[in-house]
Amino acid sequence: MKYFAGEYDVAVIGAGHAGIEAALAAARLGCHTAVFTINLDAVGNCPCNPSIGGTAKGHLVREIDALGGEMGKTADECFLQSRMLNRGKGPAVHSLRAQIDRRKYSDTMKHKLELQDNLELRQAEITDINKTDGGYELTTQMLAVYRCKTVIIATGTFLGGRIYVGEVSYDSGPDGMFPATKLAESLKALGLPLRRFKTGTPARILRRSIDFSDLEVQKGDDPPQPFSYETESLGENKVDCHISWTNDDTKQVILKNIHRSPLYAGKIEGVGPRYCPSFEDKIMRFKDKPRHQLFIEPCGENTEEMYLQGMSSSLPEEVQLQFYQTIKGLEHCVMMRPAYAIEYDCVDPTAMDPTLEFKEIPGLYGAGQFNGSSGYEEAAAQGFVAGVNAALKVKGEEPLILTRANSYIGTLIDDLVTKGANEPYRMMTSRSEYRLVLRQDNADERLTPTGYKLGLISEERYQRFLQKQEIKKKEIARLKAVTLSPSDELNDILVSRETAPLTTGVREYTLLKRPQADYELIRRFDPEAPNLPQSITEQIEVEIKYEGYIKKQLKQVEQVKKTEEKRLPQNVDYTQITGLRLEAQEKLNKIRPLNIGQAGRISGVSPADISVLLIWLAANREKDSYGNQSNT
Amino acid sequence: MKNQTIAAVSTAQGEGGIGVIRISGEEAVSVADRVFRSVSGKALCELKGYSAAYGAVYFEDEKLDEAIALVFRAPHSYTGENVVELSCHGGLYVTRQVLRAVLAAGASPAQAGEFTKRAFLNGKLDLTEAESVMDIISAKSKSAVRSALCVREGALRKRVDAVKEDLLKLTANLSAWADYPEEDIAEVDDEMIITVCENAAQTLEKLLNTYDGGQAVKQGIDTVIAGRPNVGKSTLMNLLSGSEKSIVTDIPGTTRDIVEDIVTAGSVILRLSDTAGLRDTEDAVEKIGVDRAKKRLAQCGLLLAVFDNSQPLTDEDTELINAAAEVPTIAVINKNDLSAKLNINKIKSGINNIVYVSAATGEGKEALIEAIEKIAGTNRLNPSEGILANERQRSNVENALKSVTEAKDAVMSGMTYDAVTVSLEDALAELMEMTGEKVSDEVVDRIFHNFCVGK
Repeated sequence: MKYFAGEYDVAVIGAGHAGIEAALAAARLGCHTAVFTINLDAVGNCPCNPSIGGTAKGHLVREIDALGGEMGKTADECFLQSRMLNRGKGPAVHSLRAQIDRRKYSDTMKHKLELQDNLELRQAEITDINKTDGGYELTTQMLAVYRCKTVIIATGTFLGGRIYVGEVSYDSGPDGMFPATKLAESLKALGLPLRRFKTGTPARILRRSIDFSDLEVQKGDDPPQPFSYETESLGENKVDCHISWTNDDTKQVILKNIHRSPLYAGKIEGVGPRYCPSFEDKIMRFKDKPRHQLFIEPCGENTEEMYLQGMSSSLPEEVQLQFYQTIKGLEHCVMMRPAYAIEYDCVDPTAMDPTLEFKEIPGLYGAGQFNGSSGYEEAAAQGFVAGVNAALKVKGEEPLILTRANSYIGTLIDDLVTKGANEPYRMMTSRSEYRLVLRQDNADERLTPTGYKLGLISEERYQRFLQKQEIKKKEIARLKAVTLSPSDELNDILVSRETAPLTTGVREYTLLKRPQADYELIRRFDPEAPNLPQSITEQIEVEIKYEGYIKKQLKQVEQVKKTEEKRLPQNVDYTQITGLRLEAQEKLNKIRPLNIGQAGRISGVSPADISVLLIWLAANREKDSYGNQSNT
Repeated sequence: MKNQTIAAVSTAQGEGGIGVIRISGEEAVSVADRVFRSVSGKALCELKGYSAAYGAVYFEDEKLDEAIALVFRAPHSYTGENVVELSCHGGLYVTRQVLRAVLAAGASPAQAGEFTKRAFLNGKLDLTEAESVMDIISAKSKSAVRSALCVREGALRKRVDAVKEDLLKLTANLSAWADYPEEDIAEVDDEMIITVCENAAQTLEKLLNTYDGGQAVKQGIDTVIAGRPNVGKSTLMNLLSGSEKSIVTDIPGTTRDIVEDIVTAGSVILRLSDTAGLRDTEDAVEKIGVDRAKKRLAQCGLLLAVFDNSQPLTDEDTELINAAAEVPTIAVINKNDLSAKLNINKIKSGINNIVYVSAATGEGKEALIEAIEKIAGTNRLNPSEGILANERQRSNVENALKSVTEAKDAVMSGMTYDAVTVSLEDALAELMEMTGEKVSDEVVDRIFHNFCVGK
């Protein structure tokens, strides 16, 4: 028999990376919040790689942290090894990645949720969701009924999860968890456009069974850098990773058994990501490639499980073992968990606004893999935004919309809700047009004022941030004022770096503009130069060296901002606007962009359509047809 | 919203006696001052609204044409912004050169219907006109798309595509290399980037040169209007060019020389020669004209063979029908308004395309243009070199060139590749604007297509 079990402002379904950030943000904003998870031991689980960050994903983690989210701090607390990727390729693409202890990460996150005021963490499968007058009613499989003003769906791969390993397949969540089998039906009944996506993970191998003697070692940075602006230092790296390669034997095993892959046998209908192909996909699609690289990464300090990055597969268990054992170092490997593919239900994200609220279903939000993305970091980023917006809605305040111009988070969400996702969406630096502005080093500058205004950044941290900005500003002014005179020693260094020696005195600022000069050099020849932390000098250097590019991108940002200030009403029927092309009418009716800027990014909407919209807007402004509430 | 300053030819191209280049936007007057020098020596910025100055338009110290500049001050102008209108002598070539100078001085090419759009947004047009403005924009952009489509299959598209492909490949490689640092993706080095940039720059420069040199115009179809004297050739030419260029009288043989004009017939550019008649003559001066006409006829890309509907065929007409076998020809049966005495079957036996017009009344002009466009679609008349169709495309190519040069310079000065990629993407964005694609989608697609990346 159903029983009434409680009432909340915000209910979060799922306690993965999206659910965690959503719940913490909502609770910290003062909302009475509940988080439901099918298994309490799976809170913040990392069912795939035991690492956080990476290219563009590292940017996301920094941004979440700058806004007052939790992922960066917890990753720092559980770090095993950390590396700044892409050093030497330029500041826009520097990305931090940390190997983490996945059990510790899960425990730490769970404990943080447990300790959080306003937050209740519960083990329960939500089987039913119903719209009521004041919000929603959630029913668990135990028939408990919860009333909530807003609901955030963050079901990850649990929703309708089905695992495939060769000819074997069964309903399951990730890592042997129960799947959520009933919720999808009730979401469909609410009118959500659901579809099937697919992803996969490689096997876990027993460390003692690997021969590391001939494998290349990959060490962490010295010193390793933290994600969080609040973490002072990480201490030493605790583990090494190793690199090995596949060979022709590996390929032959795959080719011989490819008909046993559920994907190639046509059993999986879900759309898988191109950037995260199974190993058999790699072999089939890039037949000429003689070998593929793989990384052997430890899953934690207190486990012998090793993750084989690059070796995801949905071939039968015995074929997996067979091809793993062709790889150098893995000849006698013992497989502890097989690789698998998992298919799950997710939503067409164009049904949402950039607030991550469903356009047609007020108070209902989506985040993470459920929205068609992939990756822990992408999930956490959306979770944060959905959590904040659900809370703001409950409090009757203006929603938070991050933009392409201020963050990768904004770019991620704009891509999802404007262009949709035809495959699980992964963040990449190539997806941002403002890469030199959206760097991982200046996430605080871009977003901490927003986090502070929301109330998620403490006064103390905010003051520290302001102080840092002040120091930076002062130092740049100083560099512009102070002249460095030529000396033999300085010129020798310049020549050795293949740049012209000085003939006359030059402003330190001007010298720093040269790609070959760095702040270290200034400090060496100018005793007056202050001894600033590397995080600040690095930023100063970047801002001076890339000034031209940054200015250009900021100008583009300004132009786009203007188009985003021109809001479009949400209740308009675009087929009634003469002059719009048919394709544009259809797309606009589907996406319902919030403003002209977003409309312009929809594929199939041409510059001429935008002109028509501008005229229409101007004509309508007089008639005053604004009658929407979500467009504030 | 503070707008960019825009410019475009505001008279129909290739038609009309004068060409007006309209510049609109906050910087309109200073842009105009950069290309216009008045006889009085007074700069346009010293002029009040609603005033005019006589002078000439210059491009890099080269005088392009004499012109009258009309200055309008915001909000008292068509668009409600500062506006300068430069009225020149007209002609497709000169008008384009002047526009070019204006764009080089800092204006951007106007989009379809943009003047009207601004006029509306600045409150210069009545609210009730909104719908018609929307229709105008939509119609203009459709015709712009159509003209872009003409280019789509042609040589220009091929050349632009080749550059785009190289840049896309390089950009995807750089992006994959940055986004997948741990995959064994081929390293990109300075030399690779420089080579691609230099090749791209070379092609883009060549494209610009064909445009700059006016070859785009001159490479229009070399068209000869031929027919026996007084058949109506000059009137036909005037009909196509829309102005009185050659002397028209009723005395046979008044056209003594080949007169050239460049006109647009629909989407096709014609380099028009109005020839002297083909008749045998004793008159020495006239004979020179006739010889030139014959020579010209043999070399032309399109022959408009004119016949008089009101007269029976003569030997000279027959000679023309025979000559028509050698070149793509349209038989233009003139004086359609008079009663027919012409043996049309004889003409049909030699010439496939037949159009009836009355050059004097203008009747049949559309049918003629249609026939010309149809013939221009055949391979024989397709210019082998890519041609930039309009200033918008030219400006796209020029900006792309600027960006690849910037990318190359950045590499040479030791800038990191993330900055270089920004310039490469800018170049791609310009080239893709010509075909309506979007850069980031294409690059991401390419990464997954070309590289084996992932966990």
